[in-house]
Amino acid sequence: MQEVIKQKAIELLSSGKADRVLGWKEGEFFYDITPAVFTDVKEIEEKFVYNAFCGPNFSKYLVAESRKDGKIAVFLKPCDTYSFQQLLKEHRILRDKVYAVGIPCDGMVDIEKIRQKKIKGITGVTEAGEVLQIDTIYGKKEVAKKDVLAERCENCKSKKHVVYDELIGEEGDVLDSHRFDLVEKIEAMSEEERFAFWQNELSRCIRCNACRNVCPACTCEKCVFDNPASGIDQKAAADSFEEKMFHIIRAFHVAGRCTDCGECSRVCPQNIPLHLLNRKFIKDINEFYGEYQAGADMETRAPLTDYQTDDCEPSVILTKGDQ
Amino acid sequence: MQRIGVFVCWCGSNIAATVDVKKVAETLGKEPCVVYYENYQYMCSEEGQNKIINAIHEHKLSGIVICSCSPRMHEATFRRTAQKAGLNPYMVEIANIREQCSWIHKDMATATEKAIILGRAAIAKVHLNTPLQAGESPVVKRALVIGGGIAGIQTALDIADAGFEVDIVEKKPTIGGKMSQIDKTFPTLDCSACILTPKMVDVAQNEKIHIYSYSEVAAVKGFVGNFDVTIKRKARYVKEELCTGCGACTEKCPQKKVPNDFNLGLDNKHAIYIPFAQAVPKVATIDPDYCMMLKTGKCGVCSKVCAAGAIDYKQQDELVQQQYGAIVVATGYNPIDLKNYDEFAYSQSPDVVTSLEFERLTNAAGPTGGVLLRPSDRQHPHTIVFVQCVGSRESGEGCGKTYCSKICCMYTAKHAMLTREKYPDTEVYVFYIDVRTPGKNFDEFYRRAVEEYGVHYIKGMVGKVSPENGKLMVQASDLLDNKQLKIEADLVVLAAAIEPDPSARPLATMLTTQMDTNDFFTEAHPKLRPVESATAGIFLSGCCQGPKDIPETVSQASACAAKVIGLLAKDKLLGNPCVAESNELMCNGCSSCEKVCPYGAISYVDKEFKMPNRTIAVRRVANVNPAVCQGCGACTVACPSGAMDLKGFSNSQIMAEVDAICK
Repeated sequence: MQEVIKQKAIELLSSGKADRVLGWKEGEFFYDITPAVFTDVKEIEEKFVYNAFCGPNFSKYLVAESRKDGKIAVFLKPCDTYSFQQLLKEHRILRDKVYAVGIPCDGMVDIEKIRQKKIKGITGVTEAGEVLQIDTIYGKKEVAKKDVLAERCENCKSKKHVVYDELIGEEGDVLDSHRFDLVEKIEAMSEEERFAFWQNELSRCIRCNACRNVCPACTCEKCVFDNPASGIDQKAAADSFEEKMFHIIRAFHVAGRCTDCGECSRVCPQNIPLHLLNRKFIKDINEFYGEYQAGADMETRAPLTDYQTDDCEPSVILTKGDQ
Repeated sequence: MQRIGVFVCWCGSNIAATVDVKKVAETLGKEPCVVYYENYQYMCSEEGQNKIINAIHEHKLSGIVICSCSPRMHEATFRRTAQKAGLNPYMVEIANIREQCSWIHKDMATATEKAIILGRAAIAKVHLNTPLQAGESPVVKRALVIGGGIAGIQTALDIADAGFEVDIVEKKPTIGGKMSQIDKTFPTLDCSACILTPKMVDVAQNEKIHIYSYSEVAAVKGFVGNFDVTIKRKARYVKEELCTGCGACTEKCPQKKVPNDFNLGLDNKHAIYIPFAQAVPKVATIDPDYCMMLKTGKCGVCSKVCAAGAIDYKQQDELVQQQYGAIVVATGYNPIDLKNYDEFAYSQSPDVVTSLEFERLTNAAGPTGGVLLRPSDRQHPHTIVFVQCVGSRESGEGCGKTYCSKICCMYTAKHAMLTREKYPDTEVYVFYIDVRTPGKNFDEFYRRAVEEYGVHYIKGMVGKVSPENGKLMVQASDLLDNKQLKIEADLVVLAAAIEPDPSARPLATMLTTQMDTNDFFTEAHPKLRPVESATAGIFLSGCCQGPKDIPETVSQASACAAKVIGLLAKDKLLGNPCVAESNELMCNGCSSCEKVCPYGAISYVDKEFKMPNRTIAVRRVANVNPAVCQGCGACTVACPSGAMDLKGFSNSQIMAEVDAICK
């Protein structure tokens, strides 16, 4: 698949269909895949990769890239297309400056999960169908790919590309995922347990801002956390309460617009499952206002910024909070 | 730096009895920038207002805080006071230390402490206040009346009489409402139709009034003076402008088994019908649930017999857009559904009827031609039991209403009296909890029923009604004689509670007006503004606001019209300067605010911005039209970046208030 996509990138660039190509290249380590803008064919031939570590979602980069001169081609996995479309809906990306190529995805691998299998000194990973062959300084090892998939890919919500100019491979379907199972588990906790759970998770936050910087829903011209006039820019970690506020405020800010791409948790250096906060909102929205998937189309109005006379009464939402 | 004056009102003893007003004034006097403080018995009085004016002049105040009653009461008063002294009226802040403090606390120390905190919050806000100027908006000289019952009819006639255009939207095919179904009216016993139908004709003939019958309000946008209303005209499958109301179609229609809702299902009508002979507009309507032509495409009899060519089976619902300066809600009431009152055997026996059904059974235009016959065997009933308060005045846990439906005592007395007059051989029993007859000539009326007509009034409730051998066995208790009664009745009449029409709640949402827990519309003030809703430009007429009899409804309808005329007579309304404003440097152009704006005040423009390194970027940014914005603030909370702010209620002002409270 890497070769097909690479050839497509070369073709788009050399035919003049695109002036730039947004793709992936290796970072510091082989599993540390980084987004890159390619402008010449030679660079693509040498550096372009597409493998099981190509997690980064390019949608957010297009906010700035689509405002530059010329056209940019971009490769979007199914879940990335939701973020892309959500940003189109919010008028954040100029559609005619982007050539979107939908590419297939069978799930991305979480390097931490390989390490948890007591595999150490990893120097390379090759995909062989369902199995990953792992080169380590101690010799070759093998694991089943399904055992080391990133959580967001284990609970993949859709293999369908919701928006594209061109599709490589076949059109997939929206899947019946179990992504809310863990949210339900947390909901079932007692208040004290739940507080302890989040305290444990969020107290590890070092306020590196990686989650915000990667989040495709966080594209404000000026983020409230960077704006001294907002009154909350210093909510960094004045005390243990405020350190939670950063993530809670952020979850509120992206509520109804978050497509559940899971980038926040992927980039978190402290492995905080931040996406669970957003999923809780998505689950609540689904329960209160009917199924809604941000970015699934351009037309449906988001329940949180829309009013229907049969919307559930605020009292229902209040009582739900008491449970 | 502001120079702030603080004025603490006693409100007689309303505030001063629970709040140490002197201490509040002195403590607030120590707040930063407060250069003057005072407490006085009635700040809103002429003397009190003069104190404010003098202080503004003497101490060169730039902002004032009044600690008094709710801003809903006197904010406008004190703004005018400030204006008289040459201060911008929006430099006034009210700390509500009456409704939100003295009235709800008993302990003086607590109340005083809270009053100080509330005052401190208002001072914190004034620090950030800026002078604001109100714009003007024109008034559309046309009123909309929703509901064509007696309330809507009277309001429309009065508004039209003052020379303004009025539209009535009525969901039924004809105006007239419940009054058109009633036989006689208490306490004068004049015929309901005889006094209503001339008014209906007046409406039809009035050039200023337009009736949208068989129509509903689908959407409301805009604000006082400038409402933009979408009216859905339901397809009646008859061209209203061509139909002459001759009735040929309704006679020839082969589908005769349609329950006649005008007679409450006591008889049948045809699939094409005119509800009653005096209907306005007198136009036929096809019931699409029963018409064979609409259902199967086979029939078309009405079309063949219609000489005017008015039948149109292809007619579609139609949306009409119209602008109004004022909207009157006159949606009326319905008797409650009695499905939860099976102890009275309403669903088991056709001879257990509601009072409104009884009206039809005694009405000359009703299913029995005005001869009182019981529905089951069309025989004359010799013993009739009336049960009052069915679903009214119940405790909160029951399935009924907690309120008194107000009209039942009087109409039951009327039914009992008329029955005894026309059929002296009939025994009439009335079971009641209390008999409530306040109203001009009401108690005399009820006394006549008891004393002259020999109606048996029994204090007590009916426990059970069971149909047995064509009779109704009524078990009841007589609380005064303290004994159980068993009455073999031929007919039982239930005085069902009345409740607001189901269309009221969605309408309240569209109009952004308030309702109480029973779905009655809430008036702006129960004593001083009884016919206005709290939403400017929305007025209340008739039973939509609470149970009422006809005289009371008509009085309220006319009062409501007076308020509407007062509004429509103005050429311009002073707007609210507290409108939203977008900080273009922070705006993402994401459209969140535009989606939540109920007034359509926000649009987007592509604008050039100077960026770092002498570059220019074109960005999509929100633009608020201040003439349309009503300052609701929905956009400010929807904005993800905080670019949208509300003048006079800015995020920083609100945060300053919160900080002052939490200090």
